[in-house]
Parts: sequence; structure tokens; C-alpha cells
Amino acid sequence: MTLGASFARLWGIAMKEFIQLRRDRLTFGMIVGIPIMQLLLFGFAINSDPKHLPTAINVQDNSVFTRTFIRSLENTGYFQILQQVQSEAEADRLLAEGEVQFVVNIPPDFSRQLVRGERPAILLEADATDPAATSNALASLVSVGQSVLNRDLTGSLAKLRPTDAPFEVRIHRRYNAEGITQYNIVPGLMGVILTMTMVLMTGLAMTRERERGTFENLLATPAKPLEVMVGKIVPYIMIGLVQMTLILLAAKFIFGVPFQGSLALLYAVSLLFIAANLTLGMTFSTIARNQLQAMQMTFFFFLPSILLSGFMFPFRGMPEWAQVIGNVLPLTHFLRLVRGILLKGNGLVEIWPHVWPIVLFTVVIVALGAKFYKRTLD
Amino acid sequence: MTPVELTKCDSASPFAKGGLRGISTAQPCAIDVRGLNKHFGDKHVVQDLSLQVRQGEIFGFLGPNGSGKTTSIRMLCGLLTPDSGAGQCLGYDVIRETAAIKRHVGYMTQRFSLWEDLTIRENLDFIARMYGMKNRTQAVNAVLLKLGLEERRNQLAGALSGGWKQRLALAACMMHEPQLLLLDEPTAGVDPKARREFWDEIHQLAAQGISVLVSTHYMDEAERCHKLAYIARGKLLITGTIQQVIASQQLVAWEVSGDGGLQALAAQLRALPAVEQVTAFGSRLHVIGTDAAQLDAALQPFRQQSAFQWEQIDAGLEDVFISLMERHTRQQGAT
Ligand SMILES: Nc1ncnc2c1ncn2[C@@H]1O[C@H](COP(=O)(O)OP(=O)(O)O)[C@@H](O)[C@H]1O
Ligand SMILES: [Mg+2]
Repeated sequence: MTLGASFARLWGIAMKEFIQLRRDRLTFGMIVGIPIMQLLLFGFAINSDPKHLPTAINVQDNSVFTRTFIRSLENTGYFQILQQVQSEAEADRLLAEGEVQFVVNIPPDFSRQLVRGERPAILLEADATDPAATSNALASLVSVGQSVLNRDLTGSLAKLRPTDAPFEVRIHRRYNAEGITQYNIVPGLMGVILTMTMVLMTGLAMTRERERGTFENLLATPAKPLEVMVGKIVPYIMIGLVQMTLILLAAKFIFGVPFQGSLALLYAVSLLFIAANLTLGMTFSTIARNQLQAMQMTFFFFLPSILLSGFMFPFRGMPEWAQVIGNVLPLTHFLRLVRGILLKGNGLVEIWPHVWPIVLFTVVIVALGAKFYKRTLD
Repeated sequence: MTPVELTKCDSASPFAKGGLRGISTAQPCAIDVRGLNKHFGDKHVVQDLSLQVRQGEIFGFLGPNGSGKTTSIRMLCGLLTPDSGAGQCLGYDVIRETAAIKRHVGYMTQRFSLWEDLTIRENLDFIARMYGMKNRTQAVNAVLLKLGLEERRNQLAGALSGGWKQRLALAACMMHEPQLLLLDEPTAGVDPKARREFWDEIHQLAAQGISVLVSTHYMDEAERCHKLAYIARGKLLITGTIQQVIASQQLVAWEVSGDGGLQALAAQLRALPAVEQVTAFGSRLHVIGTDAAQLDAALQPFRQQSAFQWEQIDAGLEDVFISLMERHTRQQGAT
């Protein structure tokens, strides 16, 4: 059979999918609804750098030093002083009940020890059940401790200035200087939304034919596996691009995410990423016996994608084995691609190390799909 | 019991590759398979199926539900791979050349399997594309007109009634001008008028030289076939023309008619060893046996009763099939 005939059949299948999609209101609604809903939901809801955390203070020593210290705590933006407690027991209760995230304890003889050069300690108790919520706040505390009292330690007290500290910790955030979470989350959501909708929709594509019995008719025609698979993927590529455009528009106009790099490059890598997910869905579809199984496979893939790709947790914080798994997943590389292009303005040379793993993934999955495609009803 | 083979094809099939019609005067075989077997798990669904269908022949494939008709047809058109056996369809090997078979065979599935969310026209257009037809629009229009689907061309297939769905399915499987049609219970659930029109259409196609293998449950349809095969529990029990099939079983049949007490009579008759089956048709009974003399003797006392009229008749196809079926079941039970 010639390539032309093959292409004609492929196109025939794509047209058929298009018509069926157009008539399937629910799916069509999902295509537009899911990205917008998720984006608004997660874009506004997820914030991995929370500020104004409730804090209680237990100040046993009222002096100029302690007042300065507490004011500069508030100035970091992380701590919101809610109340002054009178006893340790009360402080414990507030922490235990989750009323406050932090309790700052300043001992009674703080000023006296400070002046004598005895380096008194301030105890900060933190509710660390969610480490992510408190880590930035705690980090900001280091610099507070280092420099806050410099202004008050004057005259004969100047020698107490902590300039003899071995080093000073400075936090320097690049690319997202203000640490705005959305800059990170919104591009990440693009990958997550595309993964979910693309894998799921094609995952259902072939099993739907099988469940409705139309697969037998399709099999009885001369259409070949690759023609059917690719033909069914084509409409979803366009849907993926539509979804992506919606998300990009929202990123720019709702969340104000900066667009540093080339938009064309972004679309090119997204096309690749969409193709990778579609072929995976198609391959699930050829293996699964019914739509339910295809759905289960999709979620089986979706979970590690979210958890191990660096979307949820910092990639470098994961153990080695988890990073190995993460590196296989297209989402891991897509996240770096999108963040690289959007936030850092990366070009083709910089992103290449994350392009070829997705290409490899796609090729392997297509081969598997073609192998598992049932040419008979056996 | 070995299948009674009454059909023989020329061993060298005159079908040239590519489907050219034979030059030989002998009728070429559209289907010629031998010893096909198919298992599902440890269920032996089709056992040693041998089948010859000649060109231009309408071949009826009969048998109770679950006897393996659909499985056999699927093996013929390459949708299922036989576990063993060999043969040809239109001169193409049923194991190795399934792609070529698909291009030249029209297969109508038992269950409606076109796309319910596409219109009639879109379905036909899609199928035409799959067969890579050159003059697609023309072909679709022609088949719409031919099967009277023209007016409904923009209706969704899912919204059609059984008869129209069946017409659409027939249109879809004959559009690419196949030389062999495999129709799996095409008239199940279709009203009598539509069934008659459908069969008229089948005869027209056969007259053009197209071969048709059609499975059915209806006896009136069986009688419109040139040849028949009867399959039960995966075993082909008999093949041949209607006359051959009826003659081969040598059944003796009596018809009893009367106004009352037929039920009681039937129960009594069934108890007789010489009687094979008793079937009720309204106010009549058919009493079937295999040995004329024995049956005659056994019925003698009943024929004296004045309440009923007795008449010897020719056994029909249905009688033959039921008899075949029961004998097969008895044999299976014995082993
Ligand atoms: N795909 C399958 N898997 C397992 N068993 C099957 C399958 N298809 C058919 N069968 C079984 O094979 C037997 C023959 O089925 P079938 O060929 O559909 O019979 P028919 O068409 O004569 O009603 C039945 O018992 C059926 O349950
Ligand atoms: Mg069947």
C-alpha cells in the first residue's frame, strides 16, 4: 500500500474523531472547562511560600532590644504577631491547637546577658507539621538575628555587634525575586493539566470503540494499526494546543507571569509534550480491555507524574531512586522546559537536555502501542 | 458423527490472486477452508470446520445460539486467527493474507457496529475512506440511492430503527464492491417486509456473481438459500442443498389436527420410542420419526381415535434441524 493511501485513511479517521468529538458535548465541555477550572482553582489556592503566619510571643524581658527584634520579625512579612502569652503552658496550648504557627520565647534576663556579651538565646518554637509552610519563615529569621540589633548596640555596646559571626546567611532568589508562587505554579499547571486531559482522552479513544462494538467494524476494514492510532491522535493535538493557549492567556493576563523566552519555542516543545501524552494514552487504550481500565491506568500514571516530577515537591529534595523515576516522566522535563523558557528566557541550546528525553519516551511508547494493538479479536 | 459433505469444490481454486474471475468452466470457490479449529480458553468453540462456498452462491449458515457461527465467520474474514486448519477466501490464504481478504470481502457484524454518533452519510463516507475508494462521493451517493437511504442520509445512525440500521450496515459492507459477503444474522430483529426486501437485494447481488454466506435462525430464509450448513456446538453436522439436507435424514412425518386434547396427545406420543419429536403448531402437531415402519406401527392405535385427523407429510427443514440437533446432543451425552 502506498503512503498516500495510508495518509488518506489516517485523515479519514481524524475526521471521524473530529465529528464525534463535536457531538460529544460533555467531552467538549471538559476540554475547555478542565484547564480553566483547574487553573483558577490551583493557581490561586496553591501557595508554597505563605506569609503572615500567626505567631505568639512570650516576652519575659521588656527592653529596647526585644522590641526591635519583634518589630523586625514582623517586617520580614512572614510573622504576624497575634498575642502575648504569659506562660509556657499557654504557648504550648496555642501551638497544639494550631492557633499559631510560631511561638517566640525571649528569656527574662535577655538584655542583661546581651549586654554582658553572654550571647543569650531566643527560642523560636515552630509547628513544623508542614515543613514547606515554615521553612521560608525560618530561613528569614537567620538574617534577622544577624543584623537586627546593630542599630541599638551603640557606643560601648558596639563591640557586641555580631560582626564576628563566622558568616552571614543571605537569601538571594533569582528569576522570581519576589518569590511569587504563581510564577512557578502556573507553568507547572500547564504540564499537569495537559498530562491529565491528553492521556485520559486518548486513553478512552480505543476502549470506547471496543466497548461499543465498533472496533469489529474498524478491524474488518483495511485500516492499519498505525493509521488508526495516529489518526485518532490528530484531533487531540489540536485540542491540546487550544488548552495550552487558554492556559497561557490566563498565565499572562490573570496571574501576570512574565514571558521571557520565545513563544514559538514554547509552542514547539508543548507540541512534543502533547504528542508524548497522547501516544501514551493511545497505548493504554490498546492494552486496556474497557474504559474503566484505561481510566485506572491514566491515574496510575498521573500520580507519579504529579508527585515525582518536581511539581509538588522540589526535585532535588527527592531520593535518588525517585529522581530516576522522575527523569523518565515527560512532565519532569516539560516543567523545566516551560519554566526555563517562560521565566529564564532559555533558548534551544539550553533546553535541549530536556527535549530528547521526551522524544525518546514518545518513540518507545509508540512502538509499544503498535505492538499491543490488536489486529484481531482474539 | 462425521459431517455429511455434499459439496465439493475443484481442488485447484481457479481464483487468481487479485480476485480475477476464473477462466475454467468449473465454478470457482469463494470460500474453501478445511479443518478450522478455534478454542476460547478450554472451550472448543469451532471443531474441524470445513466449508466450500461457490461463486455466486447464497450459502445459509444455521445453528442454535452459541454454536460457533459468528466465530466461524470471523475466522473467514481474518478477525480471528484459527488455532489450526487452512484454506482460502477468494483465493487468499485465510491465515497469511488477511489484509487482502479484508479488501475484497464485505462483513456485516451480528450486532450493529457502525458509529451511532455519526449520520448515515458520515458512516458511509468513513467506510469509503477506509477502503481507499477513489470516487468516494459518487459511490456513497449511489449506495444511498440504491438502498433507499437517500432521505435519511443526515440522520444519526443511533436514532434509526432496526430495519434501517440493517440497511445501513448492508450499504456499508457492499459499497467497496466486495466479491464475497459475510452476513452474520443480518435480519435479526427486522420486520417481515424489510426482511423480504433484504433477501431480494441479496438475490440480486448473487445474480451479479457475488457470493454470500449468511447466518440465520429463520427457516423461511434458509429456504431462500442455494445451500445450507448446520452447525451445533462447534461441529458442522451437515451441508448441502435443501433437498439434499432433507433427504439425508430420511425423516417420516405425520401431521395431526384436531380441536381439543392435542396437548394430552402430544404427551402420550412423546413417550413412544419410535417417535423422535412432537412439535405443536397451533391446532396441529408434527410427529417425526426415523423408521417409517416402526412409526407407523406405533401410531396405529392413535389413528383409530376419531377426534384427530392424521396425514403423512414431507418433513420440513426445521424438523430436520431439530432432529439433527437432538441426535447430536444424545451422542454427546453418551460419550
Ligand atoms: N471472544 C470470546 N471469548 C470467549 N468465548 C467466546 C468468545 N466469542 C464467542 N465465545 C463463545 O463461543 C461460543 C460460540 O459463540 P458464537 O460464535 O458467537 O456463536 P453463534 O454466533 O453461533 O451464536 C459461545 O459459547 C460463546 O460464548
Ligand atoms: Mg452469532
